[in-house]
Amino acid sequence: MQQYFEVRWHGRGGQGAKTAALLFGEAAMETGKYIQAFPEYGPERTGAPVKSFNRLADDPIRIHTQVINPNVVVVLDSSLLECLDVTEGIQEGGTLLINSQESADELKKKLAKTEGYKLAVVDASKIAMELLKRDVPNTVMLGAMVKVTGALEWDSALASIEKKLNVKFRGRKEIIEGNIKAIKRAYDEVKVA
Amino acid sequence: MKVIAKTGNEAMAYAMKQINPDVVAAYPITPATEVVQIFSNYVADGEVDTEFVAAESEHSALSACVGASVAGGRVMTSTASQGLALMHEILYIAAGNHLPIVIALVNRSLSAPINIHCDHSDTMGSREAGWMQFYSANSQEAYDSIIIALKVAETCGVPAIVSTDAFIISHCMDRLEVLEDEEVQKFIGEYNPKYYALDIGKPKTYGPLDLQDYFFEHKRSQIDAFSKVLGTYNKIAQEYEKLSGRYYPAVEEYRTDGAEVAIFTAGSTADTAKEVVDDLREQGRKIGLVRMRMWRPLPIEEIKKALSKFKAVAVMDRSDTMADFGGPVFLETRGILYDLDKRPIITDYVYGLGGRNVEIADIVRVYDEITEVAKTGKVSKPVTYLGVRGEE
Repeated sequence: MQQYFEVRWHGRGGQGAKTAALLFGEAAMETGKYIQAFPEYGPERTGAPVKSFNRLADDPIRIHTQVINPNVVVVLDSSLLECLDVTEGIQEGGTLLINSQESADELKKKLAKTEGYKLAVVDASKIAMELLKRDVPNTVMLGAMVKVTGALEWDSALASIEKKLNVKFRGRKEIIEGNIKAIKRAYDEVKVA
Repeated sequence: MKVIAKTGNEAMAYAMKQINPDVVAAYPITPATEVVQIFSNYVADGEVDTEFVAAESEHSALSACVGASVAGGRVMTSTASQGLALMHEILYIAAGNHLPIVIALVNRSLSAPINIHCDHSDTMGSREAGWMQFYSANSQEAYDSIIIALKVAETCGVPAIVSTDAFIISHCMDRLEVLEDEEVQKFIGEYNPKYYALDIGKPKTYGPLDLQDYFFEHKRSQIDAFSKVLGTYNKIAQEYEKLSGRYYPAVEEYRTDGAEVAIFTAGSTADTAKEVVDDLREQGRKIGLVRMRMWRPLPIEEIKKALSKFKAVAVMDRSDTMADFGGPVFLETRGILYDLDKRPIITDYVYGLGGRNVEIADIVRVYDEITEVAKTGKVSKPVTYLGVRGEE
C-alpha cells in the first residue's frame, strides 16, 4: 500500500473544520499531490463536536475508508479536550496541533496521551479576533499546520489558499487580505513543545 | 484537460453544467441536495440555458422531467434514497415512453430506521424499472459516467441512473480531470429525438391507454430496446476513451490473470479493494477483483466471461433482497453462472448497510475466507452479514 499523509480536524459545528479540510486539500493538490478531503456526517449542529479529514498521496488515491491513524490532528477549539480524546489513533511521531491560549504543559494535563507525538500550539482565535474581528480559527490554523507538518510547500500553499479565498469571498479584498495576514501570523507564532 | 478538486456531488453538477440540458426539474434530498443546489447556482449565474423547475416533491420533479422529455427536451434531474422511492411510479412511465432522462443519484439507504448514509438499496429497488444503472467508484467516474450515460440514453431512447456512494464519494473532495465545455458538447452532440410532442408537423398521441391487445407487444419492444443498450454503451465508452483517455467497461476486471478467487462488487468498495488486491498479490496470493459498474441492463456475457475462470467468487452486496438469500448482485450472478458447465463456487457478503464503514481488514478477511472455500470446496455459510454485531 502506498504511503498516505492523513489529517483529522476537530472543531465545533460552525467553526469551519470542513472548510479547513477542503482548503488544505486543494492547496495540497496545487502542489501536485493526489488528495481527499471529507467531513464526517452525523447529527451536526452549531456548536456540536465535528470532524473532517484529509488524505494525501503522491499517486492516485483509491481507498475510500475512514481515517483511523492520522499523521496530524488539528484541534480548532480547545474546549473539545474536555469531552473527547483528540489523541485517539494518532500516529507514532505524528503531530497534534491545538488552537489555544494555554501553554503546551497546561494542555498536556487534559490529554489522554502525551507521548509519542509532537504537540504544537498556536492562539489562532486571538489572531482571528485581531485581524478578522471574528473567532474563525479555521483558515488561520492552516498557516500553523503547513509550518509544523512541512507537508506542503509554503509559497504554493499560500497562493492556492488565496485563490480559493478569492472565489469564496468573491474578491472582497479586506477579508481576503485579513485571512492571508492571519495565516502568515499563525505560521510565525506556532510553537512546538 | 483541466485538473480540479471536486466532491462527487460537485463533479456530477459540473458534468450537468457542461451538458447544459434544456430542463432540470428537481427536489433536494440529502446527500444529493448539493447537486441540485450547485446546478441551480449555474442557472442563476447564467452559466447554463436550462429551464430549472423547483418541484414540490420528487414525484413531481420526475413527472415534470417526463413532460419536458416528451416535449423533445434534453432533461436531467438528481435525487437519492427516499427521493428515488417517491419517483418509483414515474420511473416506469419514463422508461415505457422511451424517454432518455438522466438522474444524477447518490446511493443512500432507505428508511426505516432513518439513515442518511450509503447503501445501494435505493437503486437496487428500481432494477426492474427499465433504467440503465451505473455505479461509480469515485468522483472522476461519476463525472465521466454522467456524460457517457447521457449519450447512451439519447442514442437508445432509454433513461439512465448514474450513482455515487453517499458521503464516501458524494462529499469527498478528490482530484479529477475534466473536459472542456466544447469537448463535452461535441461529444454528446445535439439531441434530436425521433418523436416528440412539440413536433407539430407530425402530431402523435403520447401516453394513451394500451390494453390487452397491444400492451404486451409494446412491453416486449421496450425489453428488446433495453437489451441492445450494452452494444451501444460499449461503442460510446470507447469513443469517450478516445476523447478523455479513460475507459469504463460495463464489467471491469482488475488483476484477474492467474487468479483463483475474486471479489465481485461495486462502487467505492471496489476502488478500495484494488489496493487490497495489490497488497495481497505482492504476497503471492492468487486473487483478483471484478467490479460491476453497469447493473442494468445486466452485462450477462461480460459477467460470465469475467467470473467463469475462478474457483470461487465472493460477491459483496451493499443491499439485501429480504429473500433470506443475500443481496441482489449475489442472486442475479448465481442465475447468470447457472448455465456454465464449469462454474465457480459463489458466496455472498452483505456489507456496509446504512454507511457502515468498510475497512481494509474487512476486505482482506473476505479474500481469506473465499480462498479457504476454493481450497476446501466447502461453503459453510453462503451469506455472511459482514461485521454485524451479534452475528459473528
